Amino acid sequence: MRRRTENTPVAIERLTRQANRFAEITKRRFGFAYLVFRLNPASLLGLIIVVALFLSAFFGPLALPYSPDKTNAPERFQAPSSSHFFGTDKYGRDVFTRVLSAARVDLLIALGSIGLAFVIGTAIGSLAAYFGKAVDAVLMRIMDMIKSFPQFILAMALVAALGPGVRNLIIVITVIMVPSFARMIRSRVLSLREMAYVDAARTSGVPWWKIITAYLIPNSLGTLVVTAALNVSYAMLDAAGLSYLGLGVRPPQAEWGTMISEGTSQLLAGRWWISVFPGLALFLAVLGFNLLADGLRDIIDPRMRR
Amino acid sequence: MSPLLEAVNLVKHFQVKGDVPFLSKTVHAVDGISFSIEPDRSLGIVGESGSGKTTIARCLVRLYKPTAGDVCLEGKSISTRAGIRQLRKRVQMVFQDPGGSLNPKFSAERIIRESLLHLRVAKRREMRSMAVELLRQVGIQPSDSKKLPHQFSGGQQQRIAVARALAPRPDVLILDEPTSALDLSLQAQIIGMLVALRKDLGLTYALITHDLAVVRQLCDQLLVMYLGKPVESGPAPLILSGPQHPYSKALIGSVLRPDPETRDLEAPLHGEIPSPTAPPSGCRFHPRCPECMPICSVEEPIPWQVGEATIWCHLFSDGHGTGGDE
Ligand SMILES: Nc1ncnc2c1ncn2[C@@H]1O[C@H](COP(=O)(O)OP(=O)(O)OP(=O)(O)O)[C@@H](O)[C@H]1O
Ligand SMILES: [Mg+2]
Repeated sequence: MRRRTENTPVAIERLTRQANRFAEITKRRFGFAYLVFRLNPASLLGLIIVVALFLSAFFGPLALPYSPDKTNAPERFQAPSSSHFFGTDKYGRDVFTRVLSAARVDLLIALGSIGLAFVIGTAIGSLAAYFGKAVDAVLMRIMDMIKSFPQFILAMALVAALGPGVRNLIIVITVIMVPSFARMIRSRVLSLREMAYVDAARTSGVPWWKIITAYLIPNSLGTLVVTAALNVSYAMLDAAGLSYLGLGVRPPQAEWGTMISEGTSQLLAGRWWISVFPGLALFLAVLGFNLLADGLRDIIDPRMRR
Repeated sequence: MSPLLEAVNLVKHFQVKGDVPFLSKTVHAVDGISFSIEPDRSLGIVGESGSGKTTIARCLVRLYKPTAGDVCLEGKSISTRAGIRQLRKRVQMVFQDPGGSLNPKFSAERIIRESLLHLRVAKRREMRSMAVELLRQVGIQPSDSKKLPHQFSGGQQQRIAVARALAPRPDVLILDEPTSALDLSLQAQIIGMLVALRKDLGLTYALITHDLAVVRQLCDQLLVMYLGKPVESGPAPLILSGPQHPYSKALIGSVLRPDPETRDLEAPLHGEIPSPTAPPSGCRFHPRCPECMPICSVEEPIPWQVGEATIWCHLFSDGHGTGGDE
């Protein structure tokens, strides 16, 4: 009996050690996937929504019998039914097919512009922080200038100048997203730059560009990933918003914003399904990305909480 | 022959934001320090926290550009591009914070390889085996060479930092408080390793420390400094057994005296070290000096040769020793 009580703490300690080792191995083997185990329930829901969005956007249109753009006059304005889940629009196109096809475009625009902004913003912010002085002053003043406009108004002006279309939409949203990334990584690099391992790298002869790319940026990746995740939903809203105003994706290409705008004229006639379903899809996508981003931020970098 | 590594009247000031807007203050971190390190004559640098030891080390490896003065490697200034390249290969540094000096994203072996690669000391295909060999030399198992820094203990991290510094086969190793972050048993291990490495590789150390026991085991020469200025320098055993400057007496006395009662009597180091933004006039130690004279607050002491030691103190200006400047 006595021996057992004495040994309990030892056993607990051993169990803890094993659990820690298991966590360590999982972390190493599965990298980012390991984060999934630590997401809170709301973010897990966000993750599920996002994954579902990706799967249906890429495989949905393949599995469906209708084409998103082909008109079919006899079948126009059909209410939701078992053959057309979300009904049909004024050209007889299947709204469900179009919503999924639009998901592809909106994901492409949002992720494309966030990806580009990630790369460009990281380059600008890390150069500004590393070199300081004039480089910092010039680059960050440009960022401040972009930030000083109301984002959406600036986007409208830029699209008006460049013309509509998916490519230009990506460019414009990239421009308005870059400052967030630049500022984030700048402040991170400013603190990392003081770390002894950066000085040690210098005494090891590591050139400046490699210190930035192999030392400073990899150690800022968490911050960057969170910034990216937090901004995906904004990019998506910008894309849909501009398209809604006729400044983005051009019809007949299916896009949530364009679809909502096309459907609004039918609302009074009681044909609610044409704009409500793309609206719901946009809402769900934004919600999903936001929940996921919040969870990632809490795990990776809780200090970024605003 | 010119010495291996030489600091010539080294000065490093920092501009920092002051209390008054738009007016910056000058931190006199190092204010005219000269010394030379001869082959196989390791130098210890001691002094209170904030006296400018790390700043000197960073000037020696050119992480800081000196405000004035110069650092010379075998008589040649290192302020040229070629000078810096030579310096990187021949003078390496082990930083004060062992964990912080290792990139958290790189494995131990990769950290060593960075040095081998960029200082061009090995062919690409030899690097991996050389890195593992260097790690083995400081007591890190080859099986651990793929681990990341946070998976090592503090002592092991210090060993990796030493291995990295050894990678280009330097002649001089600058060690900034190599033991202060470690607990006692580890300190002895690291010192043992440093003693062995010095013998095996023919290294010369420039060692910054608070710990006089470390000086005793590793240093031949000693430089005592206070608030950016030299105070006393000479052969380490001589200064350790008979410090002559009032500051060295207090510093060394306070560590050597075993009994805390007498320590307080014999080592009257009152108060805090003054701020280097406004160093005291004359001799910088005069506000805390137990033997302060009127001249001390007015005139800066010049170096006096007393036997084998050099002492910057007015006490030695009349009759106590033979005056002279270097
Ligand atoms: N980059 C810097 N900018 C401004 N002030 C600095 C800088 N580096 C050092 N200092 C100041 O210079 C003085 C000397 O600092 P240093 O780090 O060289 O002291 P140290 O002798 O190494 O002290 P410790 O034993 O605490 O390591 C300190 O007052 C410090 O605040
Ligand atoms: Mg220091």
